[in-house]
Amino acid sequence: MAAVHRIRAVVGMSACAALAAGCAGAGALGGGSDGTQLVVAIVANPQMEDAIELSDRFEEENPDIDLKFVSLPENEARAKITASVATGGGEFDVVMISNFETPQWAENDWLVNLQPLVDQTDGYDPDDLIPSIRDALSYEGDLYSVPFYGESSFLVYRKDLFEQAGLTMPEQPTWDEVRELAKELHDPENGMTGICLRGLPGWGENLAPMNTVVNTFGGRWFDEDWNAQLESPKFKEATKFYVDMVRDYGISGAAAAGYGECITRYSQGQAAMWYDATAMVSTVESPDDSLVVGKNGYVPAPVKETDASGWLYSWSLAIPKSADDPEASWKFMDWVTNKDYIKLVGEEFGWERVPPGSRLSTYELPEYREVAEAYADPTLEALSSVDQSDATVDPVPYTGIQFVGIPEFQDLGTRVAQQISAAIAGQISVDEALAQSQRYARSVGESYQEDE
Amino acid sequence: MATAVGTAAQFRHRRHPGGTVATIATWVIGFLFFFPVLWMVVTAFKQEVDASTDTPKIFFTPTLDQFRGVFDSGFWPYVGNSMFAVVVSTILVLVLAVPAAYAVSIRPVEKTQDVLFFFISTKMLPVVAVIVPLYVIAQRIGMLDNIWFLVILFTSMNLPIAVWMLRSFMVEVPGEVLEAAEVDGAGMFASFREVLLPMLAPGIAATALICVIFAWNEFFFSFILTAARAGTVPVFLVGFITSEGLFFAQLSAAATMAALPVVIAGWVAQKQLVRGLSMGAIK
Repeated sequence: MAAVHRIRAVVGMSACAALAAGCAGAGALGGGSDGTQLVVAIVANPQMEDAIELSDRFEEENPDIDLKFVSLPENEARAKITASVATGGGEFDVVMISNFETPQWAENDWLVNLQPLVDQTDGYDPDDLIPSIRDALSYEGDLYSVPFYGESSFLVYRKDLFEQAGLTMPEQPTWDEVRELAKELHDPENGMTGICLRGLPGWGENLAPMNTVVNTFGGRWFDEDWNAQLESPKFKEATKFYVDMVRDYGISGAAAAGYGECITRYSQGQAAMWYDATAMVSTVESPDDSLVVGKNGYVPAPVKETDASGWLYSWSLAIPKSADDPEASWKFMDWVTNKDYIKLVGEEFGWERVPPGSRLSTYELPEYREVAEAYADPTLEALSSVDQSDATVDPVPYTGIQFVGIPEFQDLGTRVAQQISAAIAGQISVDEALAQSQRYARSVGESYQEDE
Repeated sequence: MATAVGTAAQFRHRRHPGGTVATIATWVIGFLFFFPVLWMVVTAFKQEVDASTDTPKIFFTPTLDQFRGVFDSGFWPYVGNSMFAVVVSTILVLVLAVPAAYAVSIRPVEKTQDVLFFFISTKMLPVVAVIVPLYVIAQRIGMLDNIWFLVILFTSMNLPIAVWMLRSFMVEVPGEVLEAAEVDGAGMFASFREVLLPMLAPGIAATALICVIFAWNEFFFSFILTAARAGTVPVFLVGFITSEGLFFAQLSAAATMAALPVVIAGWVAQKQLVRGLSMGAIK
């Protein structure tokens, strides 16, 4: 029995020690301000880092608001924000999402309708937002998120290399022409890649450029009755074209190369062409990061059967329904997506660093036009020529260009992307990849057919 | 003991030529293990352009820009959170694990084997399998983005390992020593404090360091369950990864800073650690 007492004594002592440790620690966590604290979840991209740096100005203007940022890479941010918003976790007062999430989450009643806030804010000027972006961030005519920046896709090429080789880039190239050009310029022995295209699996990685190829080749993911179309002749033709081009004239190890690898390769002067997001210019034309500044030409996304083929994407800010103080959240969102913010970035950090693709007025600023001479108009044209509710040749039951705007697409897209990536790596044939992909897509399509 | 020393001496005489090969192999393996760390530190002093060249650059003009960038992006609150969670959870683990290990080694309770197996079985479930319930629980009780929730998780995550480690040290303590203390009139408490603890100090130090390392490096829980207020250093690190731009140099600088406290802790505890980790080997 004595032993039992002893054990109790030890346990008692441990509990005391634990308590003491706890109390001592509580002080270390103290702090916090009197005003409202806004927690902002953002995707860690260069323009967002600039916004964090400049946020002191906002806090000076609004001393009652204290900003805290959570900055994460794209995939982690998306997972975390989705979990929080979907469960009403309430950790965040402002979240960065995209035109993929906005209409779906608005429909689920997870987001605060921003239209009343936008309308009552003097000088916000919603008509200045680029129309295709504004539409993509609206649900039933009301804005549910506001764009921080927007992007489409276009083709960048090295003017100096084209000149040397006596080649010319058409003003609106077709994919067949691009293929011929890539063939001419591809010279792996001398470290030159014909064209950089993403191969890394992910619905936001290789599928983004490939889907624009599928669209312009006349393919589609589903017909109007949600029958999966991944083995249809046009989808197959587009996929074969994309996979072959990456294998023949792309970078070695392309199956593992995403945007990051392509940007490194191109800005180090090791690729003749690159088809990707218009946001690339902030790195490609930045003297700190790039060896090819000023040597580049930009043309619209290559086409085949459609007139235009760029994608549409926007990182935008929204307020989850669980936010404590939507008015305070909006104050920050207004500040960071306003015309004045764009001028502030230009004056503080240089005009090449302003968040592009959100407002028409950005493209009228003389200072911006001067530094962005090579790419301002191509970007704006790319953004104006796309419509995510009409991107395919044949009609479809979904919206979206480089994605299918349904919640299941994150999973479906990534599975299909893995098949495509395996085909690029040469582990399976395109036919095998698409047969498997068709099975995935069919089961998703069937769940929509049952609903109807 | 004498025989053992004799054998070691004989080995020392017989070292050539196989010994040279072994020495070279040791250095090569050591270098291979150390190389990624070295490369990380070197990259931290590069400019982004130098860090992402296709043929890695060995000669470059070193810069402290990346470290400046790391400090400018709010490094210290994350360090504070990490320090707090690591120190408190490690203290809690030791406070709970030392008596628990005592009860499964020196004075074994009933069904000691089952208890030990139960402890270790809690490590068998992959954490990803429990993350959804944990998230929902944290949300319901208002503990999302609260450092105390991480303290609880780190404590429970390290507790089984600590009990097992401490147990292996305690079973090495000769029973005669404790019996002698008892004969001299020391109660359980006194013999625990005066006799057992000094002998176990290296073992406890080694256990504590392992707990510190695991808790300091823990990413998954911290990433899912924290946001702005309770974020830890590993969560701060991933913020440097971006899909639109170059980031190797700055990430390396941040990772170097993140690794530093653990390296320093290991350095300080080196002597204790070697004694602690080799305790099982000396009878």
